[in-house]
Amino acid sequence: MSSAPAPQPGPQPAPPPPAVEVEGATVRYGDVLALDDVHLTLAQGRLCALLGTNGSGKSTLLRTVLGLNPAARGTVRVLGRGPAAARRAGLLGYVPQSEQVDWAFPVRVIDVVMMGRYGRMGPLRRPRRADREAVEAALERTGLADLAHRQIGALSGGQRKRAFVARGIAQGAQVFLLDEPFAGVDRPSEATIIEVLTAMRDEGHTLLVSTHDLAGVPRWCDEAVLLQRRVVAHGSPQEVLSPERLMSAFGAGPAPAPADEGCAA
Amino acid sequence: MSGLIEWVTVPLQFDFMVRALLVSAVAGAVCALLSCWMTLTGWSLLGDAVSHAVLPGVVLSYLLGLPFALGALVFGAGSVALIGVVNRTSRVKEDAAIGIVFTAMFAVGVVLISRVPSETDLMHILFGNVLGVSDGEIAQVLVMAALTTAVVLLKHRDLTLYAFDPVHAHAIGLSPRRLEALLLGLLSVTVVIALQAVGIILVVAMLVIPGSTAYLLTDRFERMLAIAVAVSVGASVVGTYVSFYADIATGGTVVVAQAAVFALAYLFAPRHGVLPRRRAAGRAAAAR
Repeated sequence: MSSAPAPQPGPQPAPPPPAVEVEGATVRYGDVLALDDVHLTLAQGRLCALLGTNGSGKSTLLRTVLGLNPAARGTVRVLGRGPAAARRAGLLGYVPQSEQVDWAFPVRVIDVVMMGRYGRMGPLRRPRRADREAVEAALERTGLADLAHRQIGALSGGQRKRAFVARGIAQGAQVFLLDEPFAGVDRPSEATIIEVLTAMRDEGHTLLVSTHDLAGVPRWCDEAVLLQRRVVAHGSPQEVLSPERLMSAFGAGPAPAPADEGCAA
Repeated sequence: MSGLIEWVTVPLQFDFMVRALLVSAVAGAVCALLSCWMTLTGWSLLGDAVSHAVLPGVVLSYLLGLPFALGALVFGAGSVALIGVVNRTSRVKEDAAIGIVFTAMFAVGVVLISRVPSETDLMHILFGNVLGVSDGEIAQVLVMAALTTAVVLLKHRDLTLYAFDPVHAHAIGLSPRRLEALLLGLLSVTVVIALQAVGIILVVAMLVIPGSTAYLLTDRFERMLAIAVAVSVGASVVGTYVSFYADIATGGTVVVAQAAVFALAYLFAPRHGVLPRRRAAGRAAAAR
């Protein structure tokens, strides 16, 4: 034990790094501009709605934070780390859109949640006691303990979402990215999902939740981001969803269908 | 009963039958393992492509006196890489890239055979010649099968993660691209193993049918692996025996046996079969 001098108490402790920091992200798919100079800073412990129409770049932004669209330009930091370091540390939990998942895949709920632990296991991914306990706790937290041995597709829409949230919990993720978790989910299930998300926020997790359902948003989120290839507004949900904002983002009437993003997202 | 025992034991007095059974059972087992991931990743036709693309490699190996597996592997893996290159660097879509690369490679093989005076028999390469398999070929099959099985069993959780949710694999710091390359490499080796048993044309059956059959019978991946291997090895052994007694092509008989098991599963699988599903739907309607 070396007795290094204790660091001098600085005048002010460094502020915690933001959960997510996107600077000048610009992403193109061929000739289509999916994200145009997006700047977004999200403080830790916030439940944030990511709003926008189909093709507004919501999924692209989430994928960019994950490091899946090496942004043509711009930088991403997660809890002060670069994307690769953040991924290796298991900080990022991802809940995919329903259409991206093969629900007939022969895995059980408990298998899916266990996949959250793979980054912490040895190369053979043999679960140890700590892994089993983390999975059990995550299933408990999301109210899925009784369904653990069902095939993943045998769950309802809301339960499926919670299973993927449970995977992130078992992983120990700090920042959760949820892509349209309320699509195709009935109201009671939506309420249960929101309950889980709110409880996680209360424990200090940060959640970025994309949705195109503008009507239900103000009830559950702390802040909202309105995206239309760039950040049109970022603030309290009331502020972001004011009629003037929506007009400026989408024009009068229904939003114009932007050039097909090819569901690139 | 004694009739059955005789039916089973008599062919075992022939050395070539023992070898044939060994090769087709081993090839069946390895193919069955891989077929589970092929079924779930939607790569079935890639197996077809790789198997055709190895033809020039096999011909060149015989020509140069090298082990057939060497040339086959080079051309199998090379064709996978070439498909990726054509797909990524041009506007040609992936299915077209697959179609172009494998038919072109296959055609090169056909041309080579037509110009090369040798005892390589096109029919044997195309349709398999498991009854005439040599010691050297058996050794190559066994080594490749042992390696493939070991890698698959050690890495099966990663491969399943890749097949189920590659984005999550990426999100936790694993490399989906590396896992994809591993699975493609395993596919190439497996194709070369199966060539010996059923020939180029029928390899894809070995890589698709067992996994699909098992997929109809279970919702658990580990069980799917076990069922696929059981179905495939069973079909290989039964097919080889039947071909011996009926004096018909072994590769074809093995694949017909596999297809028969698939047909049974398709019709009668408890939860996912057509008939039980229809009955369940009928019951539900009656209850209403």
